[in-house]
Amino acid sequence: MSILTLLFYAIALLIVVATAMAVTRRNMVHAVLYLVLSFFGTAMLFYLLGAPFLAALEIIIYAGAIMVLFLFLIMMIRLKTLPGMFFPVGQLLPAILISAGFLVVSSVMVGRNPAGWAPMPAAQASPLAFGVYLFQTHWLAVEIASMLLLVALVGAYVLGRRVRGPSADAREEAP
Amino acid sequence: MIVPLNHILLLSGLLFSLGMFCTLARRNLIMMLLGIEIMLNAAAVAFVGASLHWQQMEGQAIVIFILAVAATEVTIGLAAILVVYRRTDSVDPDMDAALWEKGGSR
Repeated sequence: MSILTLLFYAIALLIVVATAMAVTRRNMVHAVLYLVLSFFGTAMLFYLLGAPFLAALEIIIYAGAIMVLFLFLIMMIRLKTLPGMFFPVGQLLPAILISAGFLVVSSVMVGRNPAGWAPMPAAQASPLAFGVYLFQTHWLAVEIASMLLLVALVGAYVLGRRVRGPSADAREEAP
Repeated sequence: MIVPLNHILLLSGLLFSLGMFCTLARRNLIMMLLGIEIMLNAAAVAFVGASLHWQQMEGQAIVIFILAVAATEVTIGLAAILVVYRRTDSVDPDMDAALWEKGGSR
């Protein structure tokens, strides 16, 4: 058992524990901070699995941008009465059944693949090679992703505007 | 030599089911969106593991697009949650008022 294998299991344990803590926290700020820890663990895992560029992106985008967006929203809203943390048992039970069922089914499907039990050799894709590959093979998809982000920008602006009364529209339409 | 692919897929499945539980069981729109983020992240882990297993960079390219979709989804989702919060003063997905027109009755 090499040092990389031990490192993988330590990181996997960190990710699972941090995520489990995040989904059961009542305080949303604590949940987001635990999830940031989990994403840092995922970034380390990506580096271990030979994707250093994705490890950097994971920290910058997931842990940096997305989680900070969540923190901004949590700071913006002030909940007067916190709703109950989980749904009542009648709705909680199906949720547990569905997620446990997914776990069982996916584990059985993964376990049936005999080729997947052989340890993989370590390899690394350099950021240069990855960038060249991405822009030579998937340039159209990159452009579509940029359009998607533009749509998100415009959509967030439209949704986030203060909604005025109906008279505002009427005033604008009047000459 | 590091771990077999199946261990990475099992980790990814465990993360996915945690995210699914968070989305289905939490009574809070923000935490439900957080659960969706966990599920997308689990998918990214599976793709990177598969990319190492087959020594192809396709899997890593997909993760870039997963990141773009996650960023889009969280932007629009949080803006929509803010609209709902302004309207109902609540982020409970079980809300009554937000699903009905203003002044309407059940």
